[in-house]
Amino acid sequence: MGQLLQFFELGEQTWHGDQRKAEEAWRTMNLIRAFEEKCIELYKQGLMGGSLHSYIGQEAVATGVCMNLNTDDYITISYRGRGQAIAKGADPYKLFAEMLGRKDGYCKGKGGPMHIACRELGILGANGIVGAGIPIAVGAALTAKNKKTGQIALTFFGDGATNQGAFHEALNLAAVLKLPVVFVCENNLYAEMTPIKHSTLNEDLAERGAAYRIPSIVVDGNDVRAVHEATKTAVDRARSGEGPTLIEAKTYRLVGHMFGDPETYRTKEEVAEWRQKEPIKRFRQVCLDEKLLDEDRLDEIQNQIYKEIDTVAKRAMEADQPGMEEIFTDVY
Amino acid sequence: MSTKRVITYAEAINEALREEMKADPNVILLGEDIGAYGGVFKVTKGLLDEFGSDRVIDTPISETGFTGAGIGAAMTGMKPVVEIMWVDFTLVAMDQILNQAAKMTYMSGGQTKVPLVIRTQGGGGRGNAAQHSQSLETMFAHVPGLKVVVPSTPYDAKGLLKSSIREECPVIFIEHKMLYNQKGEVPSEEYFIPLGQADIKREGKDVTIVSLSRMVHFCLDAARELQNEGIEAEVIDLRTLVPLDLELVKKSVQKTHRLVIVHEATRSYGWGAEVAARIQEEAFDELDAPVLRVGAEDVPIPYNLNLEKEMLPQVRDIVDAARNALYLSV
Repeated sequence: MGQLLQFFELGEQTWHGDQRKAEEAWRTMNLIRAFEEKCIELYKQGLMGGSLHSYIGQEAVATGVCMNLNTDDYITISYRGRGQAIAKGADPYKLFAEMLGRKDGYCKGKGGPMHIACRELGILGANGIVGAGIPIAVGAALTAKNKKTGQIALTFFGDGATNQGAFHEALNLAAVLKLPVVFVCENNLYAEMTPIKHSTLNEDLAERGAAYRIPSIVVDGNDVRAVHEATKTAVDRARSGEGPTLIEAKTYRLVGHMFGDPETYRTKEEVAEWRQKEPIKRFRQVCLDEKLLDEDRLDEIQNQIYKEIDTVAKRAMEADQPGMEEIFTDVY
Repeated sequence: MSTKRVITYAEAINEALREEMKADPNVILLGEDIGAYGGVFKVTKGLLDEFGSDRVIDTPISETGFTGAGIGAAMTGMKPVVEIMWVDFTLVAMDQILNQAAKMTYMSGGQTKVPLVIRTQGGGGRGNAAQHSQSLETMFAHVPGLKVVVPSTPYDAKGLLKSSIREECPVIFIEHKMLYNQKGEVPSEEYFIPLGQADIKREGKDVTIVSLSRMVHFCLDAARELQNEGIEAEVIDLRTLVPLDLELVKKSVQKTHRLVIVHEATRSYGWGAEVAARIQEEAFDELDAPVLRVGAEDVPIPYNLNLEKEMLPQVRDIVDAARNALYLSV
């Protein structure tokens, strides 16, 4: 068990002088944040149906993980899944259009926020059922292994999902069949409205991977470099036929489970404390300390992204509604 | 000219799997004890030796896990045939079947297809009690996005399974445990039976009896008894619940003006209610008598063979219902 469970420590030389990586990470994290903030704005205006589950605060996980993936690698994601979709290369316009239920959306407006999918980018689908995408990713890995394509599958899920049977069954199956799959648990400390420590006695959820003899790594999920490096090991293992890895990225959801959540289960002080440790703020400091990007460049990229998000959101708001004939298409 | 051969229902299904695996390297099998053991009903016998363990995959006992894996594999280019040993066990994997497989194509706006077959077996008749004897086809038929096949003969099972594997959507293929050893004619030449075509198993002019799976044989026995009384029953085997070939039923009702629906599933809320409703909506004027249903009693299935037999529909119940539909005294 000891060797199977590792606590990732960032090497001093990580990304040293690598401005290209720093810029990519900075851009993606900000794109996710700007997108999610705009979604809250649109939601408040009553332009979206259902519930909105924001990814704000967890940007380093999606970003660091997906920097290791190829376009044709498969991912499955949860209902808190726009961050990972953006990190995998999704077009913000098509994402906004889907959020607003429009014809130009990835799913023609028929999936919505909880079911983002994009075949071309290997995004097999976000899932409204906690943990349900995990065995599906295992199946995608089975295809990759069977067809010897060199692709891998990776699945994002939250801490709460590790109490679902689907999680355990999928891990065991992937371990036994030695499949090229990476399990990424984004532990944001709350399973919906319940602190994970109230429903799970394991301090480190990665222990559950080790229990199935899957090498498992605990990583600081608010440090994009650490996430990137830890996941790289896992992705390399999968791609070289050595089987699955589980990553537990410890992070924090800075907003409620869904928009409107009164967050009675945690204190304002706790949230404020995590705001100091949030990934975008932290990475800005890293860029400055390590002289990866200067203040001007960081601001320039950030401003440009916020402007771009404004523009595409407006365009999406003007997009057509799907035709009524869409009710009856794509059933079988 | 087709060669006449007689094989069992289990052998016919085995042949369909073998032929489709030969025809398409993307067809793989997943399930419990399907490899070296050949399946608990020996349906997958010999396939591991022929196709290897990459294509005939023995899974842990985890229906959610391997059904989900089948879905993921189907979404990415494979054509998995997942065996769930008993239809009762599909209930363990219902999220994957009903929330995932059935909805993936729609939720993705048509981007994703799920060419998956879930083979399973149901039905009572051999004292397997409440958790190993159910007829659950209606549950799957009730959720849009799944096709549902419930074959009654070796010939139908083979032709329908081959078509199911070539569908682009999830298909629930429910065999009957009491039919595996039943023999029937199956040509050695390749053939397919399209989904959504009911079959007249016996022609008649006096009363239409609609059924599927094992109950078709009970209906044919009932029809023979009725014939002795001068009543000519037409027996229609729906073969697939989704798509439903209501047209053939309507056509028959236009001839007989009387309809009896027979299913092994419990009577209340069964598919018989759907067929009855549709017939009264679309062919009310053709009916000379109320549509009657024969189904299992609305109780869990008892272990004791006498009790089980009593609660499941029997030939006598079908004969009585047909006579009732003709206003003959029972």
